[in-house]
Amino acid sequence: MPVITFMEALRQALRDAMHADERVFIIGEDVVHYDSAYGVTKGFVKEFGDKRIRDMPIAEAGYAGLGIGAAMNGLRPVVEMMTTNFALLALDMIVNHAAKIHYMFGGQFTVPIVFRLPNGYGQLSATHSQAFDNYYAYIPGLKVVAPGTPYDAKGMMRAAIEDPDPVIFIEHTGIYSVKGEVPEESYTVPIGKSNLLRDGKDVTIVCYGRMTPMVQQAAEKLAEEGIDAAIVDLRTLRPLDMEPVIESFRKTNRAVIATEEWTSVGVGAEIAARLYTEGFDYIDAPIWRVGFDEVPMPYAKNLETAVVPHPESVIDAVKQVLAGKTQRIRQQ
Amino acid sequence: MDKQDLLADYRTMLLIRSFEEHCQQQYTRARIGGFLHLYVGQEAVAVGAIGALKPQDHLVTHYRDHGHALARGLDPQPLMAELFGRQTGTSKGKGGSMHFADDAKHFWGGYAIVGAHLLLAVGIAYGIQYKREVLGQDDDGVVMCFFGDGATNGGEFYEAISLAALYKLPIVFLCENNEFAMGTPLSVHTAVTEIHKKASPFMPGERINGNDVVEVREKASAAIEHARSGQGPYFIEAMTYRLRGHSAADPQMYRTREDIAARRSNDPIELLKQKLLDEGLLDNKKAKKIESEVEKEVEAAVKFAEESPAPELSEAWDDIYAQPL
Ligand SMILES: Cc1ncc(C[n+]2csc(CCOP(=O)(O)OP(=O)(O)O)c2C)c(N)n1
Repeated sequence: MPVITFMEALRQALRDAMHADERVFIIGEDVVHYDSAYGVTKGFVKEFGDKRIRDMPIAEAGYAGLGIGAAMNGLRPVVEMMTTNFALLALDMIVNHAAKIHYMFGGQFTVPIVFRLPNGYGQLSATHSQAFDNYYAYIPGLKVVAPGTPYDAKGMMRAAIEDPDPVIFIEHTGIYSVKGEVPEESYTVPIGKSNLLRDGKDVTIVCYGRMTPMVQQAAEKLAEEGIDAAIVDLRTLRPLDMEPVIESFRKTNRAVIATEEWTSVGVGAEIAARLYTEGFDYIDAPIWRVGFDEVPMPYAKNLETAVVPHPESVIDAVKQVLAGKTQRIRQQ
Repeated sequence: MDKQDLLADYRTMLLIRSFEEHCQQQYTRARIGGFLHLYVGQEAVAVGAIGALKPQDHLVTHYRDHGHALARGLDPQPLMAELFGRQTGTSKGKGGSMHFADDAKHFWGGYAIVGAHLLLAVGIAYGIQYKREVLGQDDDGVVMCFFGDGATNGGEFYEAISLAALYKLPIVFLCENNEFAMGTPLSVHTAVTEIHKKASPFMPGERINGNDVVEVREKASAAIEHARSGQGPYFIEAMTYRLRGHSAADPQMYRTREDIAARRSNDPIELLKQKLLDEGLLDNKKAKKIESEVEKEVEAAVKFAEESPAPELSEAWDDIYAQPL
């Protein structure tokens, strides 16, 4: 099976979908003349022409709304939001409209749209280095996906485009270059199914998106030290599939939740709550969470490195859990 | 332009008025809940402009949507049932007054976030253009989007007119300038009180008399023709006046009874009635007959709503997704 990057996997899925269905089109900032901010859709304008992929003005609410209206009217837009930070300007469109239209009109209209939201950091400081996964995962009516492997990236992008509901597709600039085996042919990976990536008996590490490859690295290092960690990749944040998580937790009785977000009130907080409620009978140790330190992202390289999670942060949290230590979350 | 049937328009305006008066009564009896924004006084705008649309055209509006729905030909019975929160309502009792819609009539709904639906309307128009240019369909539809003067200060308004102009979309923006945004007078909420001028760098537009159904019909027809013929968007600012409160719960501290009384002479229904009487198209006997027909139609709608079942509790969990996982 070919080994390709996460970005190439996304590109293949988008290209396949564009070839398969003329109703699929891409809009976003700098997707044509600049030929794609991060390169995911590089070369598409040559292949598909400028009606199928179109540069949008810097008006995030504007083109998000344009996409939603076009989706209601029978098309299948893929909206690239440049980064998740700028997508904040489109929250009204996504939360009050895309997520509500099917419900509040009693099912008369559907909104088959995909919003691609790249996260990331890299000395970009406070406004350009954030994660808002929980904002979307909070909203009934949205489907929120954040694949952690190239295989899932390709299959879930195709599934997202074919889905009749609005899908928030969370990407990460730090995962684009991660490589993995990906079949050449087109396929879908179902939305709404978590995945046991690695079985283990000592601790269950729950993760998704960018943290998944980091957790995989951490698990390998832990194995060298004789610690057998299971990994459950959530892949979808709403609707959440807790079954593989609980199933693994039943065996390990210990959990670490690794997400790249400010820890308090994040997606990880929900997973922890579910483990306490749905998995209460199996808990043997405090559940730990790994995430950003709760500061606005600083610019200086050493500060940035200190406040973001690494494989070592996951390894450390696992050891704390195995030692039965309690976790204190610092907010100031 | 298809010939305007003034008697039919008169009847529809009366239907809207009567529907709204009944809504007010039912609200007072607590059979209608939530926000109830009545359209009393603005009927000529909806009837004149929506009357100029063809079946393949599209309609998008805000929360003050009863008049627009009725003018587009929606049946008063499921509308009243929606207000009562019944299973037989247009949105199965899940939308209420602010979210009337009818898929089959290309009535894409009333929306309750001020200014936001202009962008959805732009998207629907983009969809028409895409279907024509990429999918090769011969869709010649036009979108008409209604909103108030208060919706023209926020960013989404400017993003909408800017995108519509950039892509030369087939859309007519129709601002109903009723001189108030909730309780805030026009001159207090905007520096540019001639609202159509806000759009003038982007598209042609004009201010019209929104209380004259003949003028509205004529100007709307021309605007729709402009959009349909590929010349891009058009902006109409229809001057009108809301004779009731912003919503049924509004104590109207921002204006006096005299202010409102002075505007009654401009009541679009009275103006049209006088015209019809003057032109011999209507006499008092015929007028009475129409009034009583309309009254019966709305009473039947109230009865239908009363007799309809409330939604099953399981309905709360339906329609969150088109495809639940
Ligand atoms: C974004 C937003 N802000 C505030 C409100 C509350 N609100 C509802 S209607 C309204 C006034 C709008 O006035 P206008 O657009 O002139 O329309 P009209 O009610 O006069 O028909 C306000 C402030 C809202 N629904 N949405």
